Amino acid sequence: MPIIDAVLGDFFWRALIGGLGVALVAGPLGCFVVWRRMAYFGDTLAHSALLGIALSFLISVPVNLGVIITCVVLAVALVLFSRSKTLATDTLLGILAHSALAIGLVTLSFMPDIRVDLTGLLFGDLLAMSRRDLLWIYGGAALILGLLTVLWRGLLMSTIHEELARVEGVPVERLRLALMLMFSIVIAVAMKIVGVLLITALLIIPAATARRLAHNPEHMVGLAIVFGFVAVSGGLTLSWHLDTPAGPSVVVTAFSVFLLIYGSARQAQS
Amino acid sequence: MTDEALVELKRLTVRFDDRPVVDHVDLRVRRGDIITIIGPNGAGKTTLIKAVLGIQPISGGSLSMTPGLTIGYVPQHLTLESTLPISVKRFMLLSGRPQKQCLDALAKTGIEHLFNASVHHLSGGEKQRLLLARALARRPDLLVLDEPAQGVDINGQAALYDLIRSVRDDLNCGVIMISHDLHLVMAATDRVICLNQHVCCSGYPADISHDPAFIETFGQPVAESLAVYHHHHNHSHDLHGDVVSGEDDGHRECSHAHH
Repeated sequence: MPIIDAVLGDFFWRALIGGLGVALVAGPLGCFVVWRRMAYFGDTLAHSALLGIALSFLISVPVNLGVIITCVVLAVALVLFSRSKTLATDTLLGILAHSALAIGLVTLSFMPDIRVDLTGLLFGDLLAMSRRDLLWIYGGAALILGLLTVLWRGLLMSTIHEELARVEGVPVERLRLALMLMFSIVIAVAMKIVGVLLITALLIIPAATARRLAHNPEHMVGLAIVFGFVAVSGGLTLSWHLDTPAGPSVVVTAFSVFLLIYGSARQAQS
Repeated sequence: MTDEALVELKRLTVRFDDRPVVDHVDLRVRRGDIITIIGPNGAGKTTLIKAVLGIQPISGGSLSMTPGLTIGYVPQHLTLESTLPISVKRFMLLSGRPQKQCLDALAKTGIEHLFNASVHHLSGGEKQRLLLARALARRPDLLVLDEPAQGVDINGQAALYDLIRSVRDDLNCGVIMISHDLHLVMAATDRVICLNQHVCCSGYPADISHDPAFIETFGQPVAESLAVYHHHHNHSHDLHGDVVSGEDDGHRECSHAHH
């Protein structure tokens, strides 16, 4: 198909299509980040992505896979550590977020043969989106949307009232793990566009914006996806025309929409 | 009503860091039972029912439950994250039960008119009724309530305990609840368990207030006020208040004289 080829041959369209795929899953997952107060947790996972990249080079596995595995391992470690309650969770997250980022940077510096575009990894790169990346994004998105659909009631119930959910037979711990896995996937595939430092913003800003207008959880998810689309297409267009970095441009657009909605919506919160 | 136990605890123990919070508790709940757990703060009441619910690992003893039991749980609070928008309808339907069943349950607890309202806009008492309705919509075999009367005014409390009894009659379920309000408990319950880590005493409400262990735990005035309450069902609350506050010997003798 020549049209598809022409579109996918253009790096801007590749970035846009990829970005929309990321926004499609960032919407629902971002809602869970907001509902379960996991913003800092998401940030910590995203920071560890750099360590994942370094490790992928070390043991030569695909970068996306390395990032997913690193994030899942860190997420499970975090859950286990935070149960022991020796340190407050935010202290623990602060330690691990920055340590993971630092270890990643130090490890990368030990590998002089490998040239990585650090700025691109940290803040996103419009030019970096390959066809293979698109496959990863849409494969990941399909997996996440499938999981969310199947697990929706249990996930929502354990978010509303964990003990009530447990009594009703919801496998709360397994769902928590599934959610971690989904976060790890979205971080791995969103990294290229918005960069590891700004992924959390793409998760929480559209969701928080949606909260202002939503009446029900599903309604909020739908709106978060729409606001994510607006942020990605607006941000990438900005980046294209003004030659600004992709990730920050997306986040600036998301933030502008947030201000607009919170400034103009007179509707009472429900 | 059968004699078969829905839940049976034998010498059930829960320890936090080697400190027993629930200590060798025996408990049997059959269909149709309404059992109320009372006890001072930190007595392990909530821990005990969480063990029954299967959400608190036990450190010793045994807990056996009829397989396939549907449990309705009414937690102490519904603290909903303000970022999570949800209507009463959606919250009820999350129980996985059909809408008709959810509406019936809401009607029983008297808040069916709030079906389309946001849960965030409900008062404390309405949230309590919502939690109860959610448990009822599941048509439980065993209903477990953690201080269901919190945030409900005094008339509402009496109605609430009436409701719990009528639910027991309708569903022929077993009921375990924790309560702080001793007067209402005594009026509404079949059996009282006084917990202070271990079971201090248990029995029928009318008997338990004479139990030395009960008097030691709750103090003489409380025990006496309950005894008085049971001997004068038709008296107004003012009078009870007078008797409760009377800690001098004259009043004590006075209340003893009623026996």
